[in-house]
Amino acid sequence: MARHQNIRNLDYEAELEEYGAFSDEEEEELSPEDQVRMREGTAQVLEALGVEAHKVTKAQIEESLWHYYWDVDKTITYLISKYIDPPKKPAKTAPPKTAPKQDGLLGGSGAPPKMSKLQQLAAARKKKAEEKSASGEVEQTQVKMTELTVNDNQASKENRPLAGVFGKRVKISETTAQGRIPLTMAEPTRPEIPQAQAPEATPSQHQEEDPIDPEPAVAPPKAQPSAFASTLFGPSSDSPKRRPREVPDAFGKPSPDDVVLAAQAKVATAGKKSANVHSKKGSSSADGVTNQVSQLKIDDTPLPKSRNLNVLSEFEKQKGKKTASFVVVGHVDAGKSTMMGRLLLDLNVVDQRTVDKLRKEAEKIGKTSFALAWVLDQRHEERSRGVTIDIATNRFETETTSFTILDAPGHRDFIPNMIAGASQADFAILVIDASTGAFESGLKGQTREHSLLIRSMGVSRIIVAVNKLDTVNWSQERFDEITHQVSGFLTATGFQPKNIAFVPVSGLHGDNLVRKFTDPAASWYTGKTLVEELEASEPSARALAKPLRMTISEVMRTPQSSISITGRIDAGSLQMGDALLVQPSGEKAYVKSLQVDDGEPADWAVAGQNVVLHLSNIDPIHVRVGDIVCDPAKPIQCVDTFTLKALAFDILMPMQVDVHRGRLHAAGKIEAIDAILDKVTGKVTKKKPMIVKPGTVSRVRVTLHSKVPLEAGQRVVLRSGGQTVAAGLLE
Amino acid sequence: MRFTNPKHSLSTLDPSGESPVSLLPTTPEDMWHAHNLIAPSDLLRAHAIRKVVTTGSTGSTTSDRVHTDLTIRVQSVFFDPAASSLHVSGTVCQENQYVSLGQHHTLDLELNRPFQLWKRSGWDSVSLKMLEEAVAEDTGEAMCAVVMQEGLANICLITEFQTVVKQRVEANIPKKRAGGSASQGGMTSFYEKTLATLLRTVDFSQPRPLLLASPGFVAQDFRGYMQSEGQKRTDKKLQRMAKDAVVVHSSTGYVHSLNEVLKSPEVQATMRDKRFTGETALMDQLYDRLRKDDGRAWYGAKPVERAVKEGAVGRGGGVLLINNKFFRSLDIKTRKRFVALVDKVKEDGGEARVLSSDHESGQRLDALGGIAAILTYPIYDLDEDEVEEGGEGEESGAAAEEGAMII
Repeated sequence: MARHQNIRNLDYEAELEEYGAFSDEEEEELSPEDQVRMREGTAQVLEALGVEAHKVTKAQIEESLWHYYWDVDKTITYLISKYIDPPKKPAKTAPPKTAPKQDGLLGGSGAPPKMSKLQQLAAARKKKAEEKSASGEVEQTQVKMTELTVNDNQASKENRPLAGVFGKRVKISETTAQGRIPLTMAEPTRPEIPQAQAPEATPSQHQEEDPIDPEPAVAPPKAQPSAFASTLFGPSSDSPKRRPREVPDAFGKPSPDDVVLAAQAKVATAGKKSANVHSKKGSSSADGVTNQVSQLKIDDTPLPKSRNLNVLSEFEKQKGKKTASFVVVGHVDAGKSTMMGRLLLDLNVVDQRTVDKLRKEAEKIGKTSFALAWVLDQRHEERSRGVTIDIATNRFETETTSFTILDAPGHRDFIPNMIAGASQADFAILVIDASTGAFESGLKGQTREHSLLIRSMGVSRIIVAVNKLDTVNWSQERFDEITHQVSGFLTATGFQPKNIAFVPVSGLHGDNLVRKFTDPAASWYTGKTLVEELEASEPSARALAKPLRMTISEVMRTPQSSISITGRIDAGSLQMGDALLVQPSGEKAYVKSLQVDDGEPADWAVAGQNVVLHLSNIDPIHVRVGDIVCDPAKPIQCVDTFTLKALAFDILMPMQVDVHRGRLHAAGKIEAIDAILDKVTGKVTKKKPMIVKPGTVSRVRVTLHSKVPLEAGQRVVLRSGGQTVAAGLLE
Repeated sequence: MRFTNPKHSLSTLDPSGESPVSLLPTTPEDMWHAHNLIAPSDLLRAHAIRKVVTTGSTGSTTSDRVHTDLTIRVQSVFFDPAASSLHVSGTVCQENQYVSLGQHHTLDLELNRPFQLWKRSGWDSVSLKMLEEAVAEDTGEAMCAVVMQEGLANICLITEFQTVVKQRVEANIPKKRAGGSASQGGMTSFYEKTLATLLRTVDFSQPRPLLLASPGFVAQDFRGYMQSEGQKRTDKKLQRMAKDAVVVHSSTGYVHSLNEVLKSPEVQATMRDKRFTGETALMDQLYDRLRKDDGRAWYGAKPVERAVKEGAVGRGGGVLLINNKFFRSLDIKTRKRFVALVDKVKEDGGEARVLSSDHESGQRLDALGGIAAILTYPIYDLDEDEVEEGGEGEESGAAAEEGAMII
């Protein structure tokens, strides 16, 4: 029992000490001699700082001086690092006391980037501390006490310096406290107990040291010292003087406990700051403290933390496969989806079992030949009607490249979806049905419109897959005929001959997709397979350094966030924690986390990648498909009128049109035709024409019914009455 | 709309406009007619509610709302098509105990309350025609059209004279994804939302024609949804609605796709007698001619005026298409100019059509500047002057470096 008594006394003492230090620190005036030293020190510091001196306030200097105990050099280093040339922003609000005296921990409050983990740690510690102080504490100390009593003599020598350690620790705890004093009073005390006992192992020693005898029945460490302690002790003026003086010599190096405590303190302050950037250094008044506590609660959900990576250099460092995406276009029923289904099967992206299952399902509704297409056509309507309606994305990898497939619908009603797909592609596969009659009708239909569209969307490389050649018994004549006609038409559209490749394939059977021909009838063809041709295609250059632009192609709900968006980054780069602006709503959002290409979580993404962004701090109502996500510093403007340098595919006159850009689809009208331009030089050949003939380039003014995000240099497509009438470049 | 006095008729009308015409609007559509009839500088007398503030002998003020009849000289007319309400503002030109001369007032015309109109410029042929249309018997129910695409539906009412977009329904349809059938659910909830909105905004207590238009299969599926929903709810009316609905193809879900809807054979067959179908056909004819660039179709005020002056819009296929906005809220001089144009065409034996700019065809004409003509014989270079007016040489460089093709 005697020991218990002992412990109580000790703890009480510790608390008194602590309280004393606390009150001194905050409320007590400096003693006259300290004031003199302070004045001298301040003068020295100001002198040393010279020109920069205006950046720090006198109070800051004094505070730091006091902290470093008149060590002018350290103070200057500290001030420079903290205020004059701060390494990071959050350091500003940090009270200098936060940093323990060790130089190594100087920047402690300079909030290192890994905030969230630290916050967690702090919270965990706090919880643990509470638990411990509630129950295990007494026992624990008891155990340690027995250990300590052995080293009795040794410990007693360290008696005095320890007071200093205490004081320091209290300082730490106090800054940690800001806003939750009662808790911290109890918390940091606890781990100290064994140390504190060292010098005062026996009751007698203890009493010698401190003449004022605390009541034996006094409350255990959890109790608040405030009122009682202050009445008993009042602020003692000599304690702060005595304390720090001993420190430097005796404890040049921090004890292990100190290190832990310092880290703890750092964690707590850092975490708090990140949660509440606005909270200033608290005054010691209770009001201020409660205010800050409430502030803390309001900013409950922290913004995602940015790791401040240099994304572009990260991207350069990264050595991986090149990525490319391609769109598959062609007339309806040319076999686009089936061909891609076969490609995925042959590359083992989908297994035979899945296809067999699909085949069985397809048989049920009498559409056996659609089984491969169903790999991509997953919608109910698509399957029952046998047409692709929306873009299907899928991916596969070859040895050199990882590809994204965008399987576009061929039906003319779904051209808006095809445009959305083409806007995400680096190059295109144009599938042509070689069977008799189908090729001819395709050339009049979507074969033509699609190639016009992809050309005007900026895709310059095109691979023409002459499909279903097996139905004409791999006739070379037919292939040559098609090659001749299509290449002529494509060059007229504006594709350069070197960017056009022709590959005969059979999508249904998989000939010349991944493997070479097996049919001897096709032995005349010695060129590349489709996959080889794909690998030979270079993805177009990415606009990495430009401000961020990304068109949202889908908005969905995922486990990671209630608003996740997908899309391909058109320009620029982004990383976790970045703020984004969603146009046209003009709302800000933050990137909570992100996934690139194949669903891999990543820290950053650059132009050309297909990403899934998990957003936070935005209402779903502000995010729609077709919106543009951009850099808040360099936002894209929302416009409802724009001028367009347009290549007409049909007669243009002032009329109502649909404006397409990627997923963006808006209704508007051609307000006026300003001029007809020369196709090559761009000179005005006729002003204010009544109409624009197909194939000519003109400058037209378009007004939209609503504001949409568009900017110069973007490519848009104008459609009217289900026909693509023009495509052009925004001016 | 009808004359307040049953003895009045178009024939008893004083063409000088000195004596008033007293009219009684009875349907919301009549407000639109009134909107066309009332022009700035006309005098209008109607019922008004005015707040009158009186200062007592002690200096205290009391304000009262008094019902009174006011006569104003019209300055501006505002028509809200969605609510079918008409606000006419102007200055009071006949004082009474509450209002003194020259004070401003805005009259809100109400249904079933008569108003009197003095046409200061007199009743010209165009306004007479408008009045004739206004007092003619109501020719039938408005047609309802739902123009939709995936995630977007525009519910419109097409009446004889205007197209009113009643409601726009937007929904976010999940795009297809590997292994997901979310889009199916998305479409169903979109149909549900559209159907609920349709039944709420449009009155189907009397059977009225319903058009469903969309690209792809959306309209068809929506009809299927209506049918199954009708069966599920055992709602006979809904089932009948679904059965009678006409599914038409349109290229988008935006309102301007109504053009395609209105010219589709399905619609032409059922609504041949409606005025707007004729207008749509005329607009198509005009566009066709413009496409051919055969010198027989012109748009814009200047070329059309010159063509009319030459007598090119006359007997044998000459048609002048002019938007009624030209006769609304314009100063008298311009109005007279366009009325003269219409009269000249009629004199020459051509057809003059005043299109409602609240209709799709009218809006297409609006894009062309609000006035166009199909000529009896081709004339070229009607726009020559305009080109010269434009001046030269403001554009020159900026394209030389662009290489092969500028876009």
